[in-house]
Amino acid sequence: MKLLLKGGRVVDPAASRDGEFDVLIEDGHVARVGKGLPVDGAGVLELKPGWIVTPGLIDIHVHLREPGQEHKETIATGTASAVAGGFTAVACMPNTDPVNDHPGVTELILRRAAEANLARVYPIGAVSLASRGEQMAELGAQTAAGCVAFTDDGRPVATALLMRRALEYAGMLGVPIVNHCEDPSLKGDGVAHEGFHAARLGLRGIPGAAESIMVERDIALAELTGGAYHVCHMSARQSLRAVRDAKARGVTNVTCEVAPHHFVLTDESLEIPIRYDTNVKMNPPLREAADRDAMLEGIADGTVDVIATDHAPHHADEKLVEFDRAPFGIVGLETCVPLVFDRLVHAGRIGVRRAIELLSVNPARVFRLPGGSIAEGAAADITILAPDAAVTIRARELRSKSKNTPFDGWQLKGAVAATIVGGRVVYRNEAL
Amino acid sequence: MLKSRHLLGIADLAPEEIAAILDTAEAMTEIAARPIKKVPTLRGRTVVNLFFEPSTRTRTSFEVAEKRLSADTLSVAVAQSSVTKGETLLDTVRNLEAMAPDMIVMRHASSGAPHLLARLCRSAIINAGDGMHEHPTQALLDAFTIRAHKGRLDGLKVAIVGDLLHSRVLRSNVQLLNKMGAEVWACGPPTLMPADLPRFGVRATTAIDEAVDGADVVMMLRIQHERMHGHFIPSTREYFTLFGLTPARAARAKPDVIIMHPGPMNRGVEIDSDVADGPYSVILEQVANGVAVRMAVLYLLAGQDAVTD
Repeated sequence: MKLLLKGGRVVDPAASRDGEFDVLIEDGHVARVGKGLPVDGAGVLELKPGWIVTPGLIDIHVHLREPGQEHKETIATGTASAVAGGFTAVACMPNTDPVNDHPGVTELILRRAAEANLARVYPIGAVSLASRGEQMAELGAQTAAGCVAFTDDGRPVATALLMRRALEYAGMLGVPIVNHCEDPSLKGDGVAHEGFHAARLGLRGIPGAAESIMVERDIALAELTGGAYHVCHMSARQSLRAVRDAKARGVTNVTCEVAPHHFVLTDESLEIPIRYDTNVKMNPPLREAADRDAMLEGIADGTVDVIATDHAPHHADEKLVEFDRAPFGIVGLETCVPLVFDRLVHAGRIGVRRAIELLSVNPARVFRLPGGSIAEGAAADITILAPDAAVTIRARELRSKSKNTPFDGWQLKGAVAATIVGGRVVYRNEAL
Repeated sequence: MLKSRHLLGIADLAPEEIAAILDTAEAMTEIAARPIKKVPTLRGRTVVNLFFEPSTRTRTSFEVAEKRLSADTLSVAVAQSSVTKGETLLDTVRNLEAMAPDMIVMRHASSGAPHLLARLCRSAIINAGDGMHEHPTQALLDAFTIRAHKGRLDGLKVAIVGDLLHSRVLRSNVQLLNKMGAEVWACGPPTLMPADLPRFGVRATTAIDEAVDGADVVMMLRIQHERMHGHFIPSTREYFTLFGLTPARAARAKPDVIIMHPGPMNRGVEIDSDVADGPYSVILEQVANGVAVRMAVLYLLAGQDAVTD
């Protein structure tokens, strides 16, 4: 089985490669990268001018909802959504039902992922049993079963003591601790960013400090323990500053991610175009313009390591309720590449190489996953992008089981042309 | 007539529409003075009063207004239990809509609940208070009461004092008064001020003396006793000391000041009984005017085909 990707621009930051190359895939692995490679019996995928061949994109913050919430998403539909969004691998959050705090759940997830046979799935385990913050889960057993990181996502790691111990213990196992940073007492029953728009609409607010207080706490603990620590879905400018300051003083074990909605939207979306749209309700909330701009700066200056979607599917019925009763979250796998290219690359904020670092190289590095490069001999996980193709987001056409996106109808520039996992073309964009 | 078929908030009303509602309410007060307080305007129309939060004043005020206009009315007090039974707001309302009402008057604890219905339901929606967001008929009846005493709204100094953060009365009143040219001062402890309060178009202060000084109108907002629990205030006693409207403080206002309160009042917490029951208090007038203003809103939303008397 041979496949030749012919005529594309290969952007492989790990190999410092950016130029016209052919890629030959043989038996699921990258056999050769070179100019004018002979066809020699291989199937040929002719790439159109301008198309980009990159190491497979990796989303390290995805809610696949299985087991327990299959009405929102299943591993099969979630990974179909992933490959349609250009992702060859996803890391899935443990806030399923039951919570993934046990190797039995990890094994189930991996079995379902193997059956779906689309994107690679890397389970993230819970830090504490049932993510209650009371007793540490068996991180060793979970790592052996296949977990690649630990978090109590959806909730913060409750106490400084548990975070300290988890960082120390996970450090032994060589896996990072990931935290959804939010001071519960400051968050209260808030449903939107504490600012003018929420105040005017009478929605209870969540200040940026609710996030940054815990980011600061965790950075101090990362410095204390030396454990690898990663900040989830950062939204507040104070948090970004805390990470930037830590990196500037030489802290190397702290990394962070930003979700596309936090560098594209602001809390103005609470009112415009429609008031109280539950598809702009997410946690952390859409913040004000100064926060959005800080995320853009952090992406450009290198403070931000990873773009991750926080893909959070919810059934339409669950979102069709009063704003304060609606669940937090939006789907993100299939809107990420168009938003990154339209708002970051074509807007001149970052180059293609940096985009690939944020979406592939760094996610692999932070979670210590295979991938992130098109190295000869490595598994052929490759994404082909059509950066200049026009895309109109259509919620009803998403592969995800849920359609909760605020980007319905948006016209953007930047598309996924094809997704290849282990040498197999698992997605082709027929519109291109 | 109004541009929208719903009344969701003051935010959606133009100044001319506010003036039209107040002028129409003027005509409606005359009906209350008749021996037979009833006109056939909404004969054959069905109005559902759907209250998801307990309310005495607003619910009865709407009911009286509807009955005086000859509408068929139906009041549904939805117990919290029906929420726990799992029915969504939308399903509750669609079930009621199967009985073909023309208008739904709704009070709900969630900000934006009437906006959800207005997008997805057939009936005209009248917001009788949504969470901390808006209470448009309260602001209209307040404006009506002010206009009755002062003859105008523009150029007046109006001080609103109390729990600003949780108040839908504040949010509706500020918008209405700004649209009609009044100068609004908002006063309360910093813990009970909404974020970015000056952007609401008010002068914000924590000093009640400054807010009340030279005011034409002082509007007191209710302090809920449970606010101590969120660390908003240390005690109702301390609140009264710092923010309560006493006769001495009221004396700093204009000599012809009117004192207002949307109710229900906490005597001795936000307002001294001597002020609440004193000569400048128009608190019971507000209640009476509520009926006329709600009649005006119902009449104007019913539109062209209402039976004219």
